[in-house]
Amino acid sequence: MTARHAVRVGSLGYLALILLAPVGLVFWRAFEHGPRPFWAAISNPEASHALRLTLEIAVVAVPLNTVFGVLCALAIVRHRIPGMGLVNAIVDLPMALSPVVVGLSLYLLYGTQGWFGPWLTAHGHRILFAYPGMLLATIFVSLPFVVREVVPVLRELGMEQEEAAATLGASPFATFRRITLPAIRYAVAYGVVLTTARALGEFGAVAIVSGGIAGRTQTLTQYVQASYENFQQTNAYAASVLLAGLAILTLVAMTAFRPREDRRGNRSA
Amino acid sequence: MAIEARNVSKRFGDFTALDDVSVDVESGSLTALLGPSGSGKSTLLRVIAGLETADEGAVFISGREATALAPQKRGVGFVFQHYAPFKHMTVWDNVAFGMQIRRRPKAEIRRRVDELLDLVQLGGLGGRYPAQLSGGQRQRMALARALAPEPDVLLLDEPFGALDARVRVELRRWLLRLHDEVHVTTIFVTHDQEEALELADSIVVMNEGRVEQVAPPRRLYDEPANEFVMSFVGPVNKLGDAWVRPHDIELGHEPNAETREVQIERIVRLGFETRVELVRDDGERLYAQLTRNEADELELERGDIVYVRTRAETTFSA
Repeated sequence: MTARHAVRVGSLGYLALILLAPVGLVFWRAFEHGPRPFWAAISNPEASHALRLTLEIAVVAVPLNTVFGVLCALAIVRHRIPGMGLVNAIVDLPMALSPVVVGLSLYLLYGTQGWFGPWLTAHGHRILFAYPGMLLATIFVSLPFVVREVVPVLRELGMEQEEAAATLGASPFATFRRITLPAIRYAVAYGVVLTTARALGEFGAVAIVSGGIAGRTQTLTQYVQASYENFQQTNAYAASVLLAGLAILTLVAMTAFRPREDRRGNRSA
Repeated sequence: MAIEARNVSKRFGDFTALDDVSVDVESGSLTALLGPSGSGKSTLLRVIAGLETADEGAVFISGREATALAPQKRGVGFVFQHYAPFKHMTVWDNVAFGMQIRRRPKAEIRRRVDELLDLVQLGGLGGRYPAQLSGGQRQRMALARALAPEPDVLLLDEPFGALDARVRVELRRWLLRLHDEVHVTTIFVTHDQEEALELADSIVVMNEGRVEQVAPPRRLYDEPANEFVMSFVGPVNKLGDAWVRPHDIELGHEPNAETREVQIERIVRLGFETRVELVRDDGERLYAQLTRNEADELELERGDIVYVRTRAETTFSA
């Protein structure tokens, strides 16, 4: 066996053992008794509510983090404002911080003993154990992805094309729409895919602020955990397959964006 | 005056890029900003375009004060050193960009873009992407793009810097013809004195953020204002306090009262020109430029002792 074979077998074996085997096992267990129990499991009211809630959170969190992610990236790269280095570092905070800590910090802000909690409660707004808190937690943990994807592309792009557009009469907004955005669109799309994956899959931070009330504040990941703990394995496996299906969809979307970016890279080399 | 910069200063942190610079550029002229790197020539161009704002001073374009105007309102066309092509647009769309932004009628845009592409010899390549063009083609596309909105002023930052030597010479001639045809007031930045001498009606020599001299090429060469201009524009020998152009050095085999003894160190034949490198008895080195015929008649050999006379020399009072 040559060294090249060894590398190939080693790396693929590792992937199979660590990634494919466990995920495959989940699929196998979900469909062990055919598709019927699977459908029954995912169409029960709690499961479909969890799915809907998960999607409702993602549908708000992802666009928000996309728009502000692009704005943040522009601010970090294009404007020489003092303190931008600090902003750049803070953006990475959700990557470094354990989601549990994120959840806890929201607790401290919005809990009954927290800074904003009492005022908000007095005015009839419920943050914790409700949709707003879960949304905040999800936005927090999925914030860095668009920024991190877009910043290096903006740096690489440089300012010359934007300056050229300005001398040709384009307003800053027209320049952004016609020059900057097309140049960063693959990075934005890739960032959106990563943000979506994170928003769908988040567990720790959301678990702390949601309370995980079945049929009300339970996301799909929490539903999986709750089902498993209650010995409803079929439900757990079925919901896991659903999550995995969503993940696979985002992965497919991701690979759809990737090669095009490479082709562009080759052409402009 | 098409362009006037009045007492312009610009600093980047501790670095003074422009130090009280005043320049007038005549309407319809082709003006060179010439200087070594770091002399402030590109910064001055960018201040005129509005891509940098001056810390002090004022800029006038076509008689209108433009100091605080945004670049898109100045009516300038700018060609960047690396052309800054819009990579995701075709050549045609690149050239059309400035007119589309101004919402000109479609038919007019189509006519003018086709016209400009022909003018810059890119007719038929409109459907390509910038990455599919050669350096020279990309540079001509950038020119057409800058000319499309009919700017009052055309600004070129090191327009030939990124091209190889042969393409550069071709494009220079082509730019000269283009300027005769289009006649838009043009300023270009260069560090290549030969380029400035060949192209410009007027040369602004810059050094360390200041203007050293403004003059037509001939006068700049014959009557340099100071030692910097003398040394930067054209080849020169420095002998003590005197400056001598290598073509003002005469060689002969017989000494007389005006000559000085030198030894030939090296002979370099460059086609029509022959460069003879010499060393004086006091160790000072200099070189002479002769035509090939002159050099052949003298039958010069390496190591020979010959006698030099200078036809003209320049000294500057300190």
